Amino acid sequence: MKNRYTISVFTEDRVGLLNRVTIIFTRRKINIESIAASESEVENVHRYTIVITETEDLVKKAVLQLEKQVEIIKAVYHLDEDIVYQEIALYKVPTDVLVAGKEAEKIVRAHYARVLSVESNFTVLEKTGHKEETQALFDELEPFGILEFVRSGRIAITKPMKTLTSIVEEMENHTK
Amino acid sequence: MRTEVVVNKTKVALTQENRILTGAQAVVQAIIDEGSDLMFGYPGGAIMPVYDALYDVEDQLTHILTRHEQGAVHAAQGYARATGKVGICLATSGPGATNLITGIADAQIDSTPLVCITGQVHSHLLGSDAFQETDVIGISMPITKWNFQVTRAEEIPSAIAKAFYIARSGRPGPVLVDITKDAQFGSLEYVYKPFEGMRSYQPKPKLDLSAVRSAAQLINSAKKPLVLFGQGVILSNAEQEFKQFIEKSGIPSAWTIMGLSALDSDHYLNVGMLGMHGNYAPNKLTNECDVLIAVGMRFDDRVTGDLSRYAKQAKIIHIEIDPAEIDKNVKTDVAVLGDAKEALLELTEVIQLRDHSGWLKDFRNLESEEYDTVIREELNPSLDELTMGEVIQAINEKTNGDAIIVTDVGQHQMVSCRYAKFKKSKSFITSGGLGTMGFCLPAAIGAKMGQPLREVIAVIGDGGFQMTIQELGTIFQTKTPVKIVVLNNEFLGMVRQWQELFFEKRYASTTMVNPDFQTIVKGYGIEARKVTRREDLNSAVGEMIRHEGAYFLEVMVGKENNVFPMIETGASVSEIRLK
Repeated sequence: MKNRYTISVFTEDRVGLLNRVTIIFTRRKINIESIAASESEVENVHRYTIVITETEDLVKKAVLQLEKQVEIIKAVYHLDEDIVYQEIALYKVPTDVLVAGKEAEKIVRAHYARVLSVESNFTVLEKTGHKEETQALFDELEPFGILEFVRSGRIAITKPMKTLTSIVEEMENHTK
Repeated sequence: MRTEVVVNKTKVALTQENRILTGAQAVVQAIIDEGSDLMFGYPGGAIMPVYDALYDVEDQLTHILTRHEQGAVHAAQGYARATGKVGICLATSGPGATNLITGIADAQIDSTPLVCITGQVHSHLLGSDAFQETDVIGISMPITKWNFQVTRAEEIPSAIAKAFYIARSGRPGPVLVDITKDAQFGSLEYVYKPFEGMRSYQPKPKLDLSAVRSAAQLINSAKKPLVLFGQGVILSNAEQEFKQFIEKSGIPSAWTIMGLSALDSDHYLNVGMLGMHGNYAPNKLTNECDVLIAVGMRFDDRVTGDLSRYAKQAKIIHIEIDPAEIDKNVKTDVAVLGDAKEALLELTEVIQLRDHSGWLKDFRNLESEEYDTVIREELNPSLDELTMGEVIQAINEKTNGDAIIVTDVGQHQMVSCRYAKFKKSKSFITSGGLGTMGFCLPAAIGAKMGQPLREVIAVIGDGGFQMTIQELGTIFQTKTPVKIVVLNNEFLGMVRQWQELFFEKRYASTTMVNPDFQTIVKGYGIEARKVTRREDLNSAVGEMIRHEGAYFLEVMVGKENNVFPMIETGASVSEIRLK
């Protein structure tokens, strides 16, 4: 059975490594639904957060292939219930339709969206949340005419308490 | 030691401790410092500074000029496989680099340690579609264990040291270091420092003794155990430990083609070859054993046939260095992660002395069935046409099983696997995973250069011979005494066999109208002989072995012979057919 999995990949800071990571998925015809790259709490360790929908068997194999890469420190996968995750979405909508009538204000309030910028011809709204939530705001704003929309990749914090610092320390000790 | 090098046109006297080298000089010095004295390659614009640096150290580092970069990388593979050392090849940017790709992919899938060094355009030209610029880092990423682009001279010593370390450690594989021309021209203070490991790469998993004990329990209580071994035994130099393990446990042992020669062919527990064209008994009995012990092998589809009907009745023990191989194709009951040598040593300690001669007899019975149906006719044919098998048998007899056999890909390869006899490890070199036609001739050159005292025999089909035939030029120039046996059936034999069996004999593009190989080979100054009749075979093979230089023996074999037994695609190992 296919499930949505979030894979966290901890890597050395190296140009080109993201390519190596994506190749592991594309080679197996696994669609990457979202990907986010950033620094981690450990200096010189980067992390990628990758979301895919696959069977656990395939995810497990992909994660082992990831860990096999020389410059990947650790890769782990989690179901949605084992992580705290978030996405951010930005919406550019025409200012004139927002100010005409109370409807738009209601929507913004109901979704706890933030107004980031108001220009004479457009307004930028921001909504953080799960994809379903940012999508719900999108659906409601759509009749007003969305000029531009963008959603970030998922970022996630894992619930299990083993820290990256302790993993990195273990690996460094093993190398010595 | 004091050496003189030219830096920026000024002669500088240098000491060992504080040497200013050009990037190019650092490349060759680092290779020398890694303990290597032989490399294969082909020059071109973007790698010229390194070639220029090689000119000064020819007494320490021999460079073999092949006739094509593919020849260089396969030669490096042959060298690595015959010696266990890292093979090195050198090529220029663009087409030079892309010509290495097939060999790198081959080395990746067959776990062969290679360091490939490519030249690259100036760093300021990267991404500009400059002359002979190609993104070799991007291209080689999925087929290298590691790759790295160097754009500054001072990165060179550490990149080369890291490349060697990664190539040879753990599960070996090919690495590629791409060096821009300005990095080669730049200068640096050279200090050689071997690479000592990194946190993100743990080549040898720590052996889990509780897994070893669980494996031993299964082995001790097994009634019909079967060992499958692959190249892992050879790569970890575990041949002795492996033999002690099977002798103490008394377990019949079958090999993958990559594991061939790790165990003497005539060892009483050697029950032959696994897989598509392997022996009848080990394939059949894979589906009857109660415990299957896989050592340093990866359950390739050519070995397993239909996975859903593969050894389902058996408990599976997998001794393996690469965690990604565990449960990849076959679900294991006990995974013993670690180096084969260490794991087998520990395992042999804790298993009990056993005798499985009754079970072994099941193998011998099926073996005689295979002998009656397939082997007798292959080795002692009733027809006038020569068979590939009798040629291999003649080689066995004349070399006493002491030779290194290198093969190409196809029918002759399967026949060589089936009938060649070995007494020493690292004696069979073939393109196993990738199935690269054209592998053999250059790989044989590399093998011979790595093992100059051993007889090296290249067994090739008439198709594959013509894929890298230009390497005859390398043999001519270097006078490498390789013995070349072309088994000529004027067909792309294995494809033709499939056309016969599965495509209603529609022989699309498999007939070969060949040139006169004798004339070609003689043009390269190589002694040549052609055999068309059985009565000439033994004397010709004998003459070839006695001949001191390179020798070319062409044997005309039956045009439409098939290799059997065979497990058809999608069939189970137990459905192996004898005819």
